[in-house]
This record gives sequence, C-alpha cells and structure tokens, in this order.
Amino acid sequence: MTNISVPTPLALIAELTHRCPLHCVYCSNPLELNARASELSTEQWTKVFHEAVELGVLQADFTGGEPLARPDILELVTAARGAGLYVNLITSGLPLDEARLTKLVAAGLDHFQLSFQGARPEIASEISGTTTHAQKLRVLDWLRNHRVAVTLNFVIHRQNIHQLEEMLAIAEASCATRVEFAHVQYYGWAFANRENLLPTREQLDSSLELLQRAQERLRGKIRIEYVVPDYYAKYPKACMGGWGRKLMLVAPSGEVLPCHAARVIRDLTFENVTNRSLREIWENSSAFQKFRGEDWMQQPCRSCDRRELDFGGCRCQAMLLAGDPAATDPVCSLSPNRSKVDAILAAVAQTTASTVSPETKLEWTYRTNPA
Amino acid sequence: MTPELDSRPQLSAGCRLNDPKQQPRVLLMPEKALRLLGPSLQIVERCDGQRTVRQIVSELQSIYAQAQPQKVESDILGYLSLLNDQGALEFTNPEAGTRGAHAAKS
Repeated sequence: MTNISVPTPLALIAELTHRCPLHCVYCSNPLELNARASELSTEQWTKVFHEAVELGVLQADFTGGEPLARPDILELVTAARGAGLYVNLITSGLPLDEARLTKLVAAGLDHFQLSFQGARPEIASEISGTTTHAQKLRVLDWLRNHRVAVTLNFVIHRQNIHQLEEMLAIAEASCATRVEFAHVQYYGWAFANRENLLPTREQLDSSLELLQRAQERLRGKIRIEYVVPDYYAKYPKACMGGWGRKLMLVAPSGEVLPCHAARVIRDLTFENVTNRSLREIWENSSAFQKFRGEDWMQQPCRSCDRRELDFGGCRCQAMLLAGDPAATDPVCSLSPNRSKVDAILAAVAQTTASTVSPETKLEWTYRTNPA
Repeated sequence: MTPELDSRPQLSAGCRLNDPKQQPRVLLMPEKALRLLGPSLQIVERCDGQRTVRQIVSELQSIYAQAQPQKVESDILGYLSLLNDQGALEFTNPEAGTRGAHAAKS
C-alpha cells in the first residue's frame, strides 16, 4: 500500500565510503565519520539500488568520501545500472587511471562529475591538504576519449573566488558540457572553517555578474549553473527540495538520512537499510516524517506565502544558527534570528578578505579520515 | 535553433531513455529527468543517429494521420529544439557534397 501523502523520491545519494585521499576544509561529510569496518558490502548496496528503483528513484549519485576508494566501484556501477538507475559519479579523480575509467564507462556510468578545489595547484593543495590538481587535468584529458556526460564542479569561497575566469578557461578547454559553480554551504567542516571561507558581499556580487556574462557567452556549448551562499540571500533555499520530498542519503554504514547534515539534529534517529526496507524508511521513519508537510512549522513560516516554495529553508541551518531545528531558517530576512547571520556577515566585511599567499598562513581545520 | 530536416539527431552522451519496463518513461540526463508521454516518447525513441529529422517527421505524420501534417512537423521541430537547448541532442549534419547522392539513392 502506498502512503499517498508521501512524495516519490527522485534521487538516491549513495555515500559509498567516508574514506578519501583529500582533506577538504569544506567537506560535506559529518564530523563523526563512518569507519571502514562499518561500510555496507557490495551485496547490501545492490539490494539498496533495487529497493530504490522499486520506490521510483531514477538517479543514483555515487559520492563519498571518495567513491573510487571503494575497490568494488565497478561492481557497484554495474549493479546500480542493472537495477535501472542513472549513475552519477561525483569524484575528486583520485585514485583513477585511464584503464579504470574505461571500465567505469563500460560498466554503465552515465555522468562523471569531477570536483575542483580551484584553478591552480597551490590553492587546490591548500584546500584539500594534499596534491590533486595535476591529476584532475589528466583525468579531463582521458575523458575526451569516452562517451559519458562530464560536469566540472568548482566549489567557490573567499580563497578562490578571484579565479573564476581561470576556472572557466579550464572548462572551455575540456570536453565538459556542464559546469557547476557551487558556493560553500556552511555545515560540518565548512562551518568550522567559515571565517576563512565566506566571501564578502562585493566579491559575491562581482562573481555573479561574471558568471551571468559567461552563461550568455557559452550558451549552446557549456551549461553553467551556480549556487549562491545562502547567508547573503533574502529568502532561504528549498533545502534538498524539501525535507523527505525528493532526496534521500544512504551513509556508508547504511543509515538513511534526509540530507547530508541531518546528524546535527541530535533528537533524530536514523533507520538502517540492514534492518528496514528503503520504502519503510522513506515512508514511515520518524526522521523523514519529522519535517514533512507544514505541521511542524513555526511563525513566520506557518502563515508565509513562500512556505510551499522554500519549505521553511534548511532544518540543519536552523539548528546550527538558532539552536532549534523547527525554527525558520535564520538566513530568511523574515526570521527573528536573521540578526545572527547579519552579525556573521558584518564580521566578514571587517576582515581584509585574507587570502592564500606566501605571506599569510591561514589556520584550517582539515577534514580527518575515518578509522 | 531550428533543426535542419536532413540532419540526424541522436541523444548526447549521458542522455538516455530509461528501461521500457519502467513506468513512467523518462529521458534521463545529468541532474534531470524529463517525463515522456505519447508523441514526445515516439520522437525521442527515433533520435537514433540513423533517421533524419525529415524521416522522423514523416513517421509521426503516419502515426498521427488525423492531424495536420504541417502542425506535426512544426511540433516536432519545436520539441527537438527544446531538447537541444537542454543539451540532450547532438545533430549529425549531412556533408554538402553527399547530400544529392544520398537523396538520389533513397
């Protein structure tokens, strides 16, 4: 029996592992990472893919950590594709060689998303705590020889926002047909490093102008999409397309979460795919039901005309900034807590926009690796 | 962009139909899925890199024999153009020198 009040999910975010050769200071993984020993097996993931398709899911986003750190990645691509899913791989490009890429495409990989930490090796090393940039450029070269969709993902923040032109040049010289410029969103590791990452309003405004011009210039060749940092927005983002409406995330250990950051809401309990079917978890689990619909909303959301557009914004941000996961997202200009966000932005405006250079040494909390 | 009648459309890398056993039928693409109903599915199924736009138009005109042929053609050109704007199609254009020979053969 289908519960008619529950929408059909579109995509499954499969966090295959929390292991990663990179240590990015804005990693979206939780601060408490799943150990290797707790990771789901190939067979368990295969079961998840079949249950997802049965539930109506169309796409799987293979992410991590670094999904290529799974020795069984080819089997997982084959299994997801075999179950009927469109397979996206979101990767740093490490560890990969051309032979492994050939096998991934042959296994049915549909879409290769290569992440970049910047346009130059120095910034990429500073942000990821390791050497990555040259390898990414090699991967881009190999991709020319394969029939797979290619997207470049540039994560933008104060330390690399001045490199947008160079990032566009990398994209234009490549076989990518899509580029995402995603400003860091401030949860987990990024929240810990926010002081060094949040751009100033002037930086943000000029970057948006530049990207709009690039969109026009590259129309028909490369699609450019960008995500702005919501601290500067007037209204909140429709986080995850609404809680439990479109997306679900399966963590390496099999726990199913409504979003990447949901663990910051301490009173939520997450069910595990090893104990329950994905359908039961999606339709009935307390974590997914908690912020579905509108009954949980407080004012000003409860009577706001925008509540069906943004669903009250992000629950995790409400938790992080207002201490209450049911509060209106504090980035909303209508939120009684907006002054907390404005205070953070005022502090950013005060700083002399410190950037990576030989003279300055920035303090970072680098993402660690799980046991 | 209006597609040329002699060009051969095919789905771009990373764009494909879901399995015929799955319902509803959708065109899967990066970060997106388009639901296909009736004629839209019949058009996308024919974007195989073999058929020309002209052939696709003529096949759909036979299927929808009750409809105005001109209307069928303009609807198809409009839909192909929309798919192209979303990056879902690649067009192979006939080389100018071989166009006559090809026409003579068919």
